[in-house]
Amino acid sequence: MTAAFEPKIIAYVCNWCTYLGADLAGTNRLEYAPNVRILRLPCTGRIDFNLIVKAFEMGADAVLVSGCHPGDCHYTAGNFHARRRWMLFRRLLEALGIETERVHFTWISAAEGKKWQQVIGEITEKTRQMGPYEAYRELCVGQASACLAGSVESEAAE
Amino acid sequence: MTQRLRETARRLLQEGKVQVVIGYGPSKPGAAAPPVLITRPEDADKLEWNGRCFANLAVYLTRKEVKALGKAAVVVKGCDEKALVVLEKESQIDRAALSVIGMVCEGVGTPRAAKCASCQVRVPRFADEVIGEAAQPAAAAPGPNGLDRLMAKSPAERWAFWKTEFARCVKCYACRQVCPLCYCERCIADKNRPVVIDTSATPKGNFAWHITRAFHLAARCIGCGECTRACPAGIPLGLLNQALAQATEEDFGYRPGMDPQAEPVFGSWSPADKEDFIR
Repeated sequence: MTAAFEPKIIAYVCNWCTYLGADLAGTNRLEYAPNVRILRLPCTGRIDFNLIVKAFEMGADAVLVSGCHPGDCHYTAGNFHARRRWMLFRRLLEALGIETERVHFTWISAAEGKKWQQVIGEITEKTRQMGPYEAYRELCVGQASACLAGSVESEAAE
Repeated sequence: MTQRLRETARRLLQEGKVQVVIGYGPSKPGAAAPPVLITRPEDADKLEWNGRCFANLAVYLTRKEVKALGKAAVVVKGCDEKALVVLEKESQIDRAALSVIGMVCEGVGTPRAAKCASCQVRVPRFADEVIGEAAQPAAAAPGPNGLDRLMAKSPAERWAFWKTEFARCVKCYACRQVCPLCYCERCIADKNRPVVIDTSATPKGNFAWHITRAFHLAARCIGCGECTRACPAGIPLGLLNQALAQATEEDFGYRPGMDPQAEPVFGSWSPADKEDFIR
């Protein structure tokens, strides 16, 4: 018996802005979709493109990358470097036929708990409509990390 | 041209200006010219120059074993020379300590390799010595190519295309070894704590590898096409690099290896970079 599809979203967030934004959402008791798993990194500049690939390998249906607004970076320019990287990385994903609608980028500051709530809500809803990312999951069938893909469904069933 | 090339190599070695000349050696008819490392002046006659000199010899300049031989001279075509520009920008070679023998090239392969049709650098631009004279003018803008055909497909078709192509990959890493700009002493694909790229040649591992290979060359790849030529499975790897090169030119007006003074795309930034994809 399979439960209704609940998307699994991985959010790579920077320590200084978006993580605190998500924290603010929590302390303000703003309710947001429980589909998101937050992974905190020092800076968007640290978020390696391999992490996005890894997330899909491990069964993510969408990935969010979020950090400080331009000019707000704790390390001055980490997010500017990251922005350039994503500009080109998205083009590579397009050339490969990977669904770019499943990879999201946002700037969310420590004061934007409300924006975090909205962004997560929208991404969850959009991904729910798109359905599970079967195309990438198929690549990983029969391999150890792929079994994680099933965990969302089993959690939902419980 | 071959004669002049041999004379130049002999002279450089005799004068002690270099200890090794990296060039193309004799090959069987129809086969690609293999690389040779010449360390004695009397061996200079082993050097060859013909339409089968495909390899980009700049790849050897960053190898430990070759560096250990001492100062080097390298034989390059105009296209290969772009790798030298990038390597110098990335502080991987000391251009002043290197002798560059540039060969004027009318294109390699029969029929001509695809990259030669749109070649803009038949005459090497930064060589210490240029051998040969340009007969053909620089080529006009390139016509439709494999990349256009790829991008004309739908995303789902592209995905299916790469899935079939990558299915043949056996992870021999020839694409990495042959690339003049893949010079890391320890490749991320070889790191196992943690495993970043699944080492087995499975669909998952192959996608992870090819995404990484292509993106580590983003805004750096000079388009020599050696990865595609080296691939024993015939995967058109260069297409991914071409897609990134096109994006780099559109977004930043940057063509790797063309201008030694230009600021590299990665490692610098501009507040004006577009962010229409960021919410």
